[in-house]
Amino acid sequence: MVVMGGKEIIQLDDVNFYYGECRALSNISMKFVKNKVTALIGPSGCGKSTLLRVLNRMNDLIDGTKVEGKIFFEGKNIYAPDVDPVEIRRKIGMVFQKPNPFPKTIYNNISYGPKLAGLGVEDMDTLVEQSLRQAVLWDEVKNILNKSAMNLSGGQQQRLCIARALAMKPDVLLMDEPTSALDPISTAKIEELIEALKKDYTIIIVTHNMQQAARISDETAFFYMGNLIEYNKTEKIFTNPDMKQTEDYITGRFG
Amino acid sequence: MKWRYFKQSVFFSLVRASALIITLALGGIIFYIFYNGYSVISWDFITKPPTDSMTKGGIMPAIIGTIYLTLGAIAIGLPLGIASAVYLTEYARQGKVVRAIKIGINCLAGVPSVVFGLFGLGFFVIFLKFGSSILAGSLTLGFLILPTIIGASEEALKSVPQTFREASLSLGVSKWQTTYRIVLPNALSGILTGSILGIGRAAGETAPIMFTAAAFFTSKLPGSVFDEVMALPYHVYVLSTAGTNIEATRPIQFGTVLVLVAVVLGIDLIAIIIRGYMRRNKRW
Amino acid sequence: MNRRIKETVIKHAFFLFALVSVIVLGLIVLSLFREGLPVFKQVSLKDFVFGMEWYPTYDPPSFGIFPLIFGSFIVTLLATVIAVPLGVLAAIYISDITPRPAVRESLKSVIELLAGLPSVVLGFFGMVIVAPWLQETFDLPTGLNIINASVILAIMAIPTISSISEDALYSVPQEFKEASYALGATKFETITKVILPAALSGISTAVMLGMARAIGETMVVLMVAGGAAAIPESIFDSVRPMPASIAAEMGETPYGSSHYHALFAIGVVLFFLTLSFNLIADYVSHKFRQTGSATL
Repeated sequence: MVVMGGKEIIQLDDVNFYYGECRALSNISMKFVKNKVTALIGPSGCGKSTLLRVLNRMNDLIDGTKVEGKIFFEGKNIYAPDVDPVEIRRKIGMVFQKPNPFPKTIYNNISYGPKLAGLGVEDMDTLVEQSLRQAVLWDEVKNILNKSAMNLSGGQQQRLCIARALAMKPDVLLMDEPTSALDPISTAKIEELIEALKKDYTIIIVTHNMQQAARISDETAFFYMGNLIEYNKTEKIFTNPDMKQTEDYITGRFG
Repeated sequence: MKWRYFKQSVFFSLVRASALIITLALGGIIFYIFYNGYSVISWDFITKPPTDSMTKGGIMPAIIGTIYLTLGAIAIGLPLGIASAVYLTEYARQGKVVRAIKIGINCLAGVPSVVFGLFGLGFFVIFLKFGSSILAGSLTLGFLILPTIIGASEEALKSVPQTFREASLSLGVSKWQTTYRIVLPNALSGILTGSILGIGRAAGETAPIMFTAAAFFTSKLPGSVFDEVMALPYHVYVLSTAGTNIEATRPIQFGTVLVLVAVVLGIDLIAIIIRGYMRRNKRW
Repeated sequence: MNRRIKETVIKHAFFLFALVSVIVLGLIVLSLFREGLPVFKQVSLKDFVFGMEWYPTYDPPSFGIFPLIFGSFIVTLLATVIAVPLGVLAAIYISDITPRPAVRESLKSVIELLAGLPSVVLGFFGMVIVAPWLQETFDLPTGLNIINASVILAIMAIPTISSISEDALYSVPQEFKEASYALGATKFETITKVILPAALSGISTAVMLGMARAIGETMVVLMVAGGAAAIPESIFDSVRPMPASIAAEMGETPYGSSHYHALFAIGVVLFFLTLSFNLIADYVSHKFRQTGSATL
């Protein structure tokens, strides 16, 4: 068990994950620290995206998956039988690799979640503006809020998805390679806003791009073939890793 | 080398000839019906009931009857069909039960319309004691078109991108709300076009209503769902085969056929146009 | 908690709705058997299916439906022979030989509209336009016969055969076609030696489904096939396929009489016949899809 300094918000306790017969995650135990950005890195197929989806129970959507072990959030095991995944997802939000706005107006994209969750929002306009500001998109769309979100560029759409997730006021934001489908300028904008968000949110980001992990994260976890190899402060991982495998990956000896 | 190309041109001529034959068949049928029928069509024909043992007057009761039966079929087939499709695409887990349901739907789709008529007679008319009625006929027709509607709805639902569902669920929106607010609205146009074609079929079918709802002559318009009705397809059939005055009513037969064809093809054309419009204006 | 219960209830409600199709299918089988089985008190199954004399209104009645079965088969067979070449060639035209998109879309619309014509309209057309023409041209006592019914049934089957074949042809991988052309084959050769074999399972499915449609079709055979419940000797003779008997006679038959039960029994035979065609078509389409490309 690796422990960081700072309050932990999510704790994994000997977690195994199976797609049918195939074990995708093995004996994962780790704690995620509040208000920090944690990066999950590793080669393709190492399980980092799977781990992300385990945290908000999105894997429930796939037939034949099994979770062993416990995952504690706010003191409760989110996989306990009496836990409603819908509640979990309101507090642990997600941004996907490919931007996926709804074919609705920009405004309605943001208001969709809060409205249905019955969050009793008195001033939806304020919430929409607030979310868009946090996603650094407000200035670009403030005059076209009632136009379709499908007309935005890729980078704008992704920031819209971030704003949409933030509108639910989650505690944790999971990001699954959020910039891998975007151009460098949009990528830079999003990396900036992640840095600003960690004041209020805990961010766990999966990335293929090691330089990105080194740039924006406080902690980094390196995965390989479903195992957690090393988990430490980002600076340490990238300058002086403990495990040889980590070092091999960082230096590009295998990808 | 030339021989190869010669074979090819023979083949291509055959292919073109097939296309031509098929088009001529459709054209011929429509032409003859129109040519022999249009002189009978008039405002009175559509709005007045028949007189003089069907040799004169109009076919209004048959038009009304067809409308009622078709509406009844929609009322039964559409909600059931959409609900079944929603279950199969959004909620079902792969397994024996789901496969059994899909096989059942396929088998139902293959049941001949006259067997549906027998079913309607044995079950709705006699066993449930509805008698020959709009109710029995609508139920029979509704189940007849059910597989068509399920198929069209399933296709429409599947064409909604999975990423929309994922996005909605990840926001902490429940499955039903996701289905209701995101999936169904985006599948609606596909569901409608497919269903309209099924509805066109319901309007034109004869065998299912022969023993369950249709009557040769009703003296007044139906007052309740337990009444029998006249119907366009049945009217054509009876007038041309068993009426008392087949030759004299021949023009009326053509007129009725023309009206029926116009109604059914009209419904189909609406569906085709909507589908083309939806394709051009796809929102994602 | 409230919402979780609601979600579970909704899921189960939808499941029940989906079950309706299966339930209706079961009810159909039940109704057919319930009303049809009593006839076998009067006649054995063997005599029913293979008996040559269908005289249900005689006293004593004779319930042999073999002429009816034969009538069904003969018109279906002939209709298939006419419809398959036309339908498959049209599908080839649409999917592989298409000239301009306008022509392709028009042909597809023609076929779709043809599919939409109600069967009673086609029966009427056969009865009122084709029959007199046949009668005059071939000097026959009546134009209501096998050939008339087969042609009209073919018109009904062509859209089914054509659109399913079109799907099958369309899903032949582009790579096959490119490989063939790259080797210097003409379009005709590519179509006959590469594309058609690859699409064979889909086209067989199309043919089977077209046949199933023809066997079950009622109004056309009722109005056009002539109505003689006897084994024909030429294609200009009239026959009485199974659906026609049911539809023609049910109206006159007293409820509960043995004739009534016999008609339901014909319904049972018809049901299982079309069912087997559909199941075979299903089986063919699934089983041969995988091996189709490997056995080229």
